[in-house]
Amino acid sequence: MYLYDKYDQAMVDARVEEFRDQARRRLEGKLTEDQFKPLRLMNGLYLQLHAYMLRVAIPYGTLNGAQMHALADIADKYDRGYGHFTTRQNIQYNWIKLEEAADLLSDLAKVEMHAIQTSGNCIRNISSDHFAGAAADELVDPRPYAELLRQWSSFHPEFSYLPRKFKIAVIASDKDRAAMRLHDIGIRIVQNEAGEPGAAFYVGGGMGRTPMIAPCIREFVPLDQLVTYSEACLRVYNRYGRRDNKYKARIKILVHELGAEEYTRQVEEEFAHLQQQGIEPPLAELERLKTYFADPPFDDGPKTVDRSDPDFALWVDRNTIRHKHDAHVSAVISLKPIGGIPGDASADQMHLMAELAKQYSFDELRVMHTQNIVLPHVRIADLPALWARLDEAGLGAPNLDTIEDIIACPGLDYCSLANARSIPVAQKISERFSANGKTAALGELKLKISGCINACGHHHAGHIGILGVDKKGVENYQLLLGGSEAEDVALGKITGPGFSEDGIVDAVETAADVYLRERSDGERFLDTYRRIGIDPFKEALYG
Amino acid sequence: MAEIIRFRDDEPVDHPAVTVDSFLDQSNANAVRVEPGDDARALIPHLAQLHLVEVNFPAFGDGRGYSSARVLREAGYDGELRAVGDVLVDQVAYMKRCGFDSFEPDTTLDPDTLGAALARWPEVYQSAADTRQPIWSKRHA
Amino acid sequence: MKLLTGNDLKTGAVTWWTGHDWSIHIEDAINAGDRADEIARREEAARRVNAPYAVDAEQRDGKPRPLHIKERIRALGPTVRPDLTLKPADPDHREWVI
Repeated sequence: MYLYDKYDQAMVDARVEEFRDQARRRLEGKLTEDQFKPLRLMNGLYLQLHAYMLRVAIPYGTLNGAQMHALADIADKYDRGYGHFTTRQNIQYNWIKLEEAADLLSDLAKVEMHAIQTSGNCIRNISSDHFAGAAADELVDPRPYAELLRQWSSFHPEFSYLPRKFKIAVIASDKDRAAMRLHDIGIRIVQNEAGEPGAAFYVGGGMGRTPMIAPCIREFVPLDQLVTYSEACLRVYNRYGRRDNKYKARIKILVHELGAEEYTRQVEEEFAHLQQQGIEPPLAELERLKTYFADPPFDDGPKTVDRSDPDFALWVDRNTIRHKHDAHVSAVISLKPIGGIPGDASADQMHLMAELAKQYSFDELRVMHTQNIVLPHVRIADLPALWARLDEAGLGAPNLDTIEDIIACPGLDYCSLANARSIPVAQKISERFSANGKTAALGELKLKISGCINACGHHHAGHIGILGVDKKGVENYQLLLGGSEAEDVALGKITGPGFSEDGIVDAVETAADVYLRERSDGERFLDTYRRIGIDPFKEALYG
Repeated sequence: MAEIIRFRDDEPVDHPAVTVDSFLDQSNANAVRVEPGDDARALIPHLAQLHLVEVNFPAFGDGRGYSSARVLREAGYDGELRAVGDVLVDQVAYMKRCGFDSFEPDTTLDPDTLGAALARWPEVYQSAADTRQPIWSKRHA
Repeated sequence: MKLLTGNDLKTGAVTWWTGHDWSIHIEDAINAGDRADEIARREEAARRVNAPYAVDAEQRDGKPRPLHIKERIRALGPTVRPDLTLKPADPDHREWVI
């Protein structure tokens, strides 16, 4: 994985001292809250429902054991012994003190981590495929490209006061495991007909209150123009994105209002101009970055496991993923125990995951946008020992991509923007389905819950989505069906009137039952929904 | 109005800047003020005539002026480029990178804080409108 | 009644206006009435509170209870982690929030 050189370290250290100075000026009254807010947000510090919340960047979801240990230590030292892994592949701490935040950032910097641009109207942490470098189906490892753009976007002098936040995802596979087309810019590394690598740019996707799927605005950008093309996309947005209404300020609205064709024309014009400006790092820089993501020394070894323990066999079937080296798999550590809080991990669990990474996965971990953790490179021979350790620590839930593997935003339990609680709904649904035994029969069923229209819980992209709303001061939940964030990307449709907290759990089971009744052989929930449409579901839900 | 902080040695223009619209109408002024909604590109045919371009920041969160500055510098403008309005001390370093070389903030900037802010960044990641050498260039020098 | 709430600038803790100071316990809150805005401005300027605002509340069982669930969760803590709330040992507090 990427390691800082003296330049990267100097920048992160400078940022810590800048923030220390800004926090001091705020505490001394030299900055008003209005002035301080964008500065603290660009360091990931929010004022949330109960306290300050700090979001730490995990670039493209990759971290090593020492970094995971440091995250655990921070949870103990500055917070209340736990952290929350998010749909942006980051981690959040819920109980941070402003007077200690700079010290926390300083501890992070010691392990080459930071909270830079994890909030604010700037280019946010860049996300990627959580199986990058391990997946059997990828063209190349997308992370060097993500790292190139991370450095370009860090402290960008022109794009730090954009109309609104800006999220970029980079993938390099036909499979989309990063919701690429639901980003402000989605980049897919591709090959052209001549076999040369380049990047397809999708611009103007997003969830939130006006969900949009990004159109492809250019099918092939040569690799030595990635930064320049990105700069062109951003400059058009910075100049012409709406600033009169924060709900219409995301780039998706600009692309929608101009039309993809006109937006593209303006980007191409800007691109032609910027190509004369010499802003592109040389390809040698990309080559330098690639060396950090070289394969670890994979060994040959057994390709199968002893399946005599049915619990272990189930976990292997559900939570391990085919690897590009056939004696290895990527193993998913579920942070979704039955009745648990999706994405939360205690400091002890983080320490354990760090140790397991060191022992079994070449010291590497990944954070999934589905709020689970991946050990990307596990020898198949090591799976029994790994599973035993996980199971003992309550981290062995065999539920990847099932209805129990729920994405949920923090919701009204933690978030000041939320209209309803998300976590209790997730807890009740996972308890319901583990009790009724339908989880296995339902197979792949992605359920995603947001506590408000901002859609941090990706409800638009769930096979089943749930949106919490405020109905005259009472929590109410709308049901959506048919969304997907994968390569078959689609936006879910609302079924009809909302439900109470217990009502939505029943409604999810009703929808699941319609699928079990109507499905044909081999169909997933989403496939059946697409074949039969929403009406049979509405009929069952509302009669 | 607070004092003007300049990072250039020539004599400042001593008369008020005109709006972009009136500049384009009459075209004999040498100082113009660009508002966030103005297209800085409209000035490009007239850059040789301009000695001062003020870019107004009515609110510090509106970042269009950063792009206006770079558009002008990339087009070869080498006269004074002044950020005026709601310009905060923590923004000045980024503004300088975008090509601004003078500042007229609504609220006086504390000199020590300004000095610290300008000395803050030992390196830069991007090529911009200043002369700083980006990290990628140093790595492959 | 109107309660005045905000966060402590240094620690971020949720606080309530008691008439002369700020407390983390909502039981200490008083009705700020139509002086809420004026007190909020004064206290924020003095940095004794951050981002203060007024919330509608009622008296129930002799103590103030915000009308909206969001403020009740703010007052006590996350409903999904009773151990982290201000009243971890009180089995009735969930009742009070929801």
